[in-house]
This record gives sequence, structure tokens and C-alpha cells, in this order.
Amino acid sequence: MLQSIVILGLLAQPPANVIAYDTPNDEGSSITLMWERSPADSGDAILFRGYEIYRSESATGEFKSVGFVPAGATRFDDGNSEIQDGKEYYYIVRSVTDSGFEDSAVVGPVASGAQWFNSQRVNVLAIALLVSLLVIYYIRRAHAGGRLFVRKIAGLDAIEDAVGRSTEMGRPILYSFGLSYLNEVWTLASLSILYRVAQKCGEYSTRLLVPHYDPLVMSAAQETVKQAYTETGRPDLYDERDNPFLTADQFGYAAGVDGMMMREKPGAVFWQGYFYAESLILAETGHSVGAIQIAGTTSVEQIPFFVAACDYTLIGEEMYAASCYLRPEPQMLGSLKGEDLTKAMIIVFLLCGAVLGTLGILSEHFFDYRGLSVLFERIVQWFNTF
Amino acid sequence: MKREVPIIITFLTGFLCVIAFFIPHPPLGDLQQRFLVWYAIVYGFTMVLGLDSLLKYNVKKITQRKEGWQYSYVLLFGLALVLVTGFQSWLKYGTPFELRSSFMYCYIHIIVPLQATMFALLAFFISSAAYRAFRARTFEATLLLVAAAIVMLGRVPIGKMIWSEIPVVSDWLLNIPQLAAKRGIQIGVYLGGVVMSLRIILGIERTYLT
Repeated sequence: MLQSIVILGLLAQPPANVIAYDTPNDEGSSITLMWERSPADSGDAILFRGYEIYRSESATGEFKSVGFVPAGATRFDDGNSEIQDGKEYYYIVRSVTDSGFEDSAVVGPVASGAQWFNSQRVNVLAIALLVSLLVIYYIRRAHAGGRLFVRKIAGLDAIEDAVGRSTEMGRPILYSFGLSYLNEVWTLASLSILYRVAQKCGEYSTRLLVPHYDPLVMSAAQETVKQAYTETGRPDLYDERDNPFLTADQFGYAAGVDGMMMREKPGAVFWQGYFYAESLILAETGHSVGAIQIAGTTSVEQIPFFVAACDYTLIGEEMYAASCYLRPEPQMLGSLKGEDLTKAMIIVFLLCGAVLGTLGILSEHFFDYRGLSVLFERIVQWFNTF
Repeated sequence: MKREVPIIITFLTGFLCVIAFFIPHPPLGDLQQRFLVWYAIVYGFTMVLGLDSLLKYNVKKITQRKEGWQYSYVLLFGLALVLVTGFQSWLKYGTPFELRSSFMYCYIHIIVPLQATMFALLAFFISSAAYRAFRARTFEATLLLVAAAIVMLGRVPIGKMIWSEIPVVSDWLLNIPQLAAKRGIQIGVYLGGVVMSLRIILGIERTYLT
């Protein structure tokens, strides 16, 4: 057994009520320890260093140090590949001061295990199921012949005008995905917009330049452009070198695209993807060469820059809706309808939440009644658990 | 079959990832991480494709004497320089990221200043974009101009000197109307992402298969 040593200075007192349990909602090999702070622990790391955690495979066996947490901590997750699921372990939590240490009583046995369901994600599952059911319902309804309305999206309607204008001016079109990667949803949304732009370029025999930041996106974009040209009967227009990879460096990419714009003077520029600080550098250069610019991004921080610098901007979700808008098949439109209904439900829910929260505060203040406040807090808590 | 196989793979991958999000038990628990590792491996190989594309593009520019063809020589020289210094540093120090290495010398003394120069250009572009956006030609533009002026004044000491409440109004603009609009757009973006993912998993959205 470990011994306690007290020299001079602050007396090390052990933490109280130490408990050890299998870490919930995990993939196993993890045990969580919790305790109440030692009376000597005021949270000051100079006076009280912290807690050292020891583990053993038997209550009387040799304990091995598995971690240290500073003063003020009351929890330790022993997530270690050494821990075998189903095997029993024992723990000691040691208070450590400058002058000595004091051990808690041995806790255990405790065994770790993997869970089959993450109960903290029940809220996500419920909302995901609700959204999915609504979307699937409207897809089926649309498929059965229901009439669905989609409002005009000016940025997408302007694609044909932009390509036509470039053609008349004898200038190429430039299309950029920004700093998007292929495993991101907005990149797939952008690919469908590129497909439409490439189709129009094929129809009008206009050159399309697509500089890239990511080689995987480059491969997908090359195939998309090639397919669109082929479908419009102009496979000869395709040149792989008009779809070049520039660099995987943010400002290097901005410099490369700026240089391309200054040399090629595109008549129309499409910024469709995810952008960071380079958004305005690109869009202002596009403006300086006199190009009509159509932007679209899900990056909330960059939307104002595009709105200021471009002629049209697809704001957030409009980008995701682009493929449905450009290919208005019943199934595609049905999914949009489901999304809209979910959004309406969220708005109603937010309004109800705001009213409930306000009523809770008022009832507590004027009638000393806490029922509504507690209900509101529980709802907030349910949504915050993740 | 050319279209069905990718749709089946997409469905299975998407469905497994969704399931794995709720089931931490092995082998599903770390499935997403495993897919990301696969993605990283594929990404590594596609860098070769990127290099090939970059070389073709610049060699074409040089051979056809297109406008700015001289800069392609600079790019090719830079590419060769980084490769040579990278290998040299690797051989000498066991890693190209050793601070004394020639590779890191190129990075610190060439690439970092170039990145900083491009970033610094943003200040000028913000001015020109703001000039256009803030011209009070419509009611909305005037509103934007007034709000922007208050927010900017609220961020600097002179704002408080003009009127002590300007920082308060500035904070209110940022925390109430601005944040509400931002969150509204974000909710739309997240929902749009979920529905788009659903369309892809169910095989309704197939543009990526072209």
C-alpha cells in the first residue's frame, strides 16, 4: 500500500467521496474518477499542487501512476489503451502538496465497457429523424405529382446572362471553388453549379477557366466540365490545362487567381465554394477587370464581403438549393419543401422558447413561481446536451 | 452499373457514418476517423496529379509565349528550389522542418513574407469595397453606412469622446441585429447541409457522378 508522508508546510488531506465508474457513451477502455476537493485544495496551485491518480489490478497490489490533474480539478478520465474492457481495476487519488501527500481510500473494483448507444445524442437523433421524415414525406409527395413552388434565385438566373455577356465580349469565364475540399457538402453543391456553367460555356463555345486549390476537387471538376461539354456536343472545347491546380496555400492561391484574372480578363467570374480572408482580394480584383461576378458561399463571415463586391450572391443555403433549382425534378424540389417546413418549425419553436423564457422570468419576478423558468431551463439543457 | 455502384457505395458510406455517430461501440465508434485516414491517403496521391497539372499549365504558357510567360519560369524555379531544399534538409537533419535547414530558410524568408504581402493587400481592398458598399444611394445602403459608422466609432476611443453611449450602441448593433441575422443564415446553412447530405445518401443528388 502507498504511504502518506507529511513534512512541513500545508497538510495534505485526501480528497473525499472518490467514485470510479465506466465512462458513459464511449467506445470502451476508459474509466472516469470523480471526487470532492481536499480541504487543503483552495484552487491555488502554489499551495496545493494537485491530484495524482493511481491504478492497480488488485486492491492490495502495486498501484501505478496513470495521470495528474492540477489543484481545483475534481475529475479524471483514465482513457488508456492499457485498460481492457471487462477487467476490474482499483484506484487511489492522492492529494499532493509541496510538503507531502495523502491518499484516498482505495475505490473499486470497476470495469470499463463500450456502449451501443450514445445517450447524450438522443436530441440529435430526434431532430435528425424529424427532418429526414419531413424531407422524405415531401419527396414522395412531389413524386406522386404534387405541385411545388420555388422562389426565384437571381444569382442562378444570372448564369446564362453572365456567360452570354462574356461570349459577346470575347472573354473567358473564370470559376473558383475557393479553399474547398471534396469531402465538404458545399463543394458538391458547387459542382452542380459548375456543371450548368460548363453546359452554357459549351453551348456558346466560351472558354472556361477553373483554377484549383485542392487536387481532388480538380479531378472532380475536370470530369464535370468534360461531361458538360460532351453533353452539349462540344467535347473538343475541353482542355485539361484550363482546369489547373495552382497551390494548396491560401494566399498563394489568391495571388495565382488574381494573376490569372489580370492576364485573361474574364467577362464573368463565379466564386462558388468556401472562402476565408482571400474572398475580398479575389472579388475586388474581379471587379477591377470589369467582370460580372456571381458569388455563393456558406461561410457566414465572408458573405458581407461578397455582397459588397459582387453583382449577385447566393447566401448560405441558396447554394445548396442550386442543384434543385437548376434541375427542378420533383424529388429535388420535394427535399427543398421539407427543408422549408423544418425551418418554419424551428422559427415557431424559437418564438415559443422566447415567450416561455420571458414568461418564466416575469412569473418568477411577480408571482414567485419558478415552474416556467425550470421548464425553460430543462428545454435549453436538453438541446445543449451533446 | 457505372452509376449504380458509386450510388451504392455512397449510400453505404453515408449510412454507416450516420449510424456510427450514435453508436460508440467498436468497430463503428472510430469509423469516421478511419474514413478520414483513407481520405488523407487518397489526398496524398492526388498531390501528384496536382503537380502534373501545374507543370502542364506553366509549360504550355512558356511554349506558347502567353502573356506573363516569364513568371512561369519563376514558378518552376520556385518549385524546384523547394523540392531540392526539402530533400537536402531531410537528408542532412532527418526532417525538412529543422529551423536551421535550407528548406525552413526558404519558408521563413520567402514564403511567409509573400503570404503577409498578399494578406496586407486586404486593407486596400476593404477600403475600395467599403467605398462602393457605403455609398448612400438607397435606404438600405444608408442604413448600412450609419450602422458601419457607429460600429467603427464604437471600437475606437474617439467614439466614446464624441458620445459616451456610442460603444453601447455599437455593441447592441453587433450583439442583437447582426448576431440575429448571422444565426438565421447559419440555421439555414446547417439545415441545407443536412438536406443536401440526405439527397446525396439517398441517391437523389447525382451531379457529383458526372
